[in-house]
Amino acid sequence: MEKIPILKMGRFLLVTVQVDMHDQLAMQLQEDLTERIVAARARGVLIDISSLEVVDSFIGRMISNIAAMARVLDAETVVVGIQPAVAVTLVELGLSLEGVRTALNVDRGMVLLQERLIAEQG
Amino acid sequence: MTVLHSSVLPIRTQEDIVRVRQATREAAVAQGFSLVDQTKLVTAASELARNTLDYGGGGDVEISRVNDPSRRGVRLVFTDKGPGIADIEQALRDGFTSGSGLGLGLSGAKRLSNEFSIESKVGEGTQVTIARWRN
Repeated sequence: MEKIPILKMGRFLLVTVQVDMHDQLAMQLQEDLTERIVAARARGVLIDISSLEVVDSFIGRMISNIAAMARVLDAETVVVGIQPAVAVTLVELGLSLEGVRTALNVDRGMVLLQERLIAEQG
Repeated sequence: MTVLHSSVLPIRTQEDIVRVRQATREAAVAQGFSLVDQTKLVTAASELARNTLDYGGGGDVEISRVNDPSRRGVRLVFTDKGPGIADIEQALRDGFTSGSGLGLGLSGAKRLSNEFSIESKVGEGTQVTIARWRN
């Protein structure tokens, strides 16, 4: 079965969505991620959606759900790489991805996650 | 309105929704839409295709490249033979849902389109027509 790969980088999980996801694939990612957060004792999840040309309300809800589930499991989620046309469309659609942290790119997303970890340890 | 090209796609599975997005994108590109306009139309198509599948029990979409004397556009007609919508005004309200969604499907698709119309008969089905013109 088709799956979206989840990479582990230190205390963080990295997901790069590179295909136009059908709904079941998005649901599967949600499940896989929660399991991996626990198994890897991950403290952060970085989701790169720079390849996604469309984010409709279903995918938007999936992203919000992942962020909420991760938070319950004590992990922070950052979504990076939202294309400008997708951002414009999301807002017009009425989705503002509330509760989801975003960053322009992977580098800045990683900095956000690392800062949170350091702040806790400090 | 002149129809340049028209094709009908089935909406029976989740994969069909992905195909509807792709075919809508192709039509928008062929009509010279900007990236933002393409994205808006494709997102609206995705919402309506999911409604057709989830609430209408499946159906089809007719995707047409259409021209007016002064403008170019894409028209999408989603048809299902599902239960129909009893209260269209309510269905068009943000946040209203009879299912598990966010309730942004119809209202969001309307905002993302230049033209929007819906016809529905309880027990017979629903037809949603949208059009977006190139800016």
